[in-house]
Amino acid sequence: MVSCLEQVYGNASSIHHFGQSAKQRLEMARRQVASLIHANPAEITFTGGGTEADNLAVLGVARGAKHIVTSAIEHPAVLMAAMQLEREGVSVTRLRVGSSGVVNPDDVRNALRPDTALVSVMHANNELGTIQPLAEISRITREAGVPLHADGVQALGKIPVDVDALGVDLYSVSAHKIYGPKGVGAVYVRKGTKIAPISFGGHHERDRRPGTENVPGIVAFGAAAELAGQHLAAESERLGALRDRLENTLLERIPASGVNGSRWNRVPNTSNLYFDGIDGEAMVISLDLRGFAVSTGAACSSGAIAPSHVLTAMGLTDDRARASMRFSLGRNNTAEQVDALADAVLASVGHLRRISVHA
Amino acid sequence: MPEAPIAVAMSGGVDSSVVAALLVRQGKSVVGMTMQLWNQRRLPELAPEGGATGRCCSLDDVYDARHVAEQIGIPYYVVNFERQFEDQVVKPFVEEYLAGRTPIPCTLCNNYIKFDRFLEMADSVGAWHIATGHYARIRHNEATGRYQLLRAVDDTKDQTYFLFGLTQEQLSRTLFPLGEMNKPAVRELAKSMDLAVASKGDSQEICFVPNGDYAAFMNAYLKETGVTPEETHGEIVTSDGRRLGEHHGVHRYTVGQRKGLGISAPEPLYVIATDPATQRVVVGSNDELLRDRCFASQVNWISIAGIDGPTRAQVKIRNRHAGAPATLLPAGDRVEVVFDEAQRAVTPGQGAVFYDGDVVLGGGWID
Repeated sequence: MVSCLEQVYGNASSIHHFGQSAKQRLEMARRQVASLIHANPAEITFTGGGTEADNLAVLGVARGAKHIVTSAIEHPAVLMAAMQLEREGVSVTRLRVGSSGVVNPDDVRNALRPDTALVSVMHANNELGTIQPLAEISRITREAGVPLHADGVQALGKIPVDVDALGVDLYSVSAHKIYGPKGVGAVYVRKGTKIAPISFGGHHERDRRPGTENVPGIVAFGAAAELAGQHLAAESERLGALRDRLENTLLERIPASGVNGSRWNRVPNTSNLYFDGIDGEAMVISLDLRGFAVSTGAACSSGAIAPSHVLTAMGLTDDRARASMRFSLGRNNTAEQVDALADAVLASVGHLRRISVHA
Repeated sequence: MPEAPIAVAMSGGVDSSVVAALLVRQGKSVVGMTMQLWNQRRLPELAPEGGATGRCCSLDDVYDARHVAEQIGIPYYVVNFERQFEDQVVKPFVEEYLAGRTPIPCTLCNNYIKFDRFLEMADSVGAWHIATGHYARIRHNEATGRYQLLRAVDDTKDQTYFLFGLTQEQLSRTLFPLGEMNKPAVRELAKSMDLAVASKGDSQEICFVPNGDYAAFMNAYLKETGVTPEETHGEIVTSDGRRLGEHHGVHRYTVGQRKGLGISAPEPLYVIATDPATQRVVVGSNDELLRDRCFASQVNWISIAGIDGPTRAQVKIRNRHAGAPATLLPAGDRVEVVFDEAQRAVTPGQGAVFYDGDVVLGGGWID
């Protein structure tokens, strides 16, 4: 990325040779990202991040349509784009999920209408890690002739992604979730899928996303995609083992605790646990003060924590949603760190439960 | 384990920023926290032009608090107490007005949020003491073993009137570093430490009510909760029952009020009382506003354990009241306050706070 910032300062859409060199690096990155999801490079549109990729997919396909289907546990990038469509007169069906945190494909089938223009269901849920049955859902949407979008931001680099095997028509990804730079993303658009731009001003990215390409960011995204592909199998196994180590320790040693959502079919790095009777917000702060960054709920614009819409949609009580924490492991985490985290969580849960007895 | 940190309640204003900076300068371990109490995007009809700046929990205030925390190098968090604030401050505020009383939300917020929920959060994250930017002093009296609450050195900023509900436990864990300082000195300190908020204005009285227009807030809140404005309307009558006109909401009137009655009369008319049962607003002459006694309920004793006979005190019946000499009499679980001279506009719902010089003996709610 640095070499790119220093040496490739041309505008990739220019005709002169500075631009040509940028263009070559850009197309290389496009091939790298395409390869990670088994797509054709021409089907990749770079964006300014995962949120923009989701927005482009949802608004670009369904603006002006009559009806779309999505799930209640989507990332706000999809949920709020759907809300915008609603304001514009599109009716939106939000599928509920049970305590498993997984969308039931039959619900998708039942929600389809003759005028349904899009189904958008995420690949892996960002709070629970649960993997949604996209292959089954796509059999239904294909039969009905409705395009299927999946927000793949949390899945990319953690589990194998093959857009053909999944049967998706649109798939959003983000560079920073695979250790690339922030502010770069892409949306896969299957050849033949009708999509309109949502911003205007140029012919970049096949008329789908105007604006001078963020060449250094995109080149770094490409490199990150290549590395993610190389390390995926081994890293998946390592993270899964670490995650299970953390969960097993905590669940064994903390009474009235458990996993939110299905324990099976999850991306390997995510664990969403509840410890009844504790205040998740207090626990996030005490763990942060000890050097562990974990999360609970959703962050408001102020940085305060609001109850998680995902946990609420699964039917958790307010108290349990507040007593829930999300642990995400990554490339740099080790078994020693996981053990230290488990100790800190044990101490924190003990302390918080003692306090709430007095309160 | 390192020394337990002090949790500082940071509003993003000058006072609490100086508190945090002072404690850091004294070498204390400090954690800054801003309480998110009210969602400014609720009741959008109340938003002043150009957005919600300078109001409680606005993004600007959080930005300022975070900026100061970065400047002085302390960990900083925003904690979400919106649910508790609505249940324990906003709802009672609205209910009190509808019940013909004039509430003090700041005291409720102190009792149930700042010195209860926040203290619990401090405890949760491993802090023992909390510090706030209140202008008041706390002293431990070795002889009685009690924590005393004293008026601030800066009499114009003194906030003890709003702190009468603090328990011994709460006082033992609280620091008011500004109690010994004058406001100009606090500002000077903020400037000398180059704090980002040094020239920020003072906050308003009721933080969640924009522009001090509590009637507009009440109308918007009641509308949101499904109460139609007509349900709060009623008659304006004299103390002997003569009907003078109609009013548009009992919550628009407070004892002693003269403006906004919309009635012309030969003598100036004042609100004497509001009757929640009939939603009548009773008006009368200035003389009818005078009361020589009142009862205070839910009394909290601070510097003394209680009274068992007539006790002399100066009693403040509203924040901007000089304090009137009075005798306190035990009256079951209440205290009867007998003023030496009758007081104007003794208002139900306000606090009656008992002082002995600078020392706060205790206080209760005027019935």
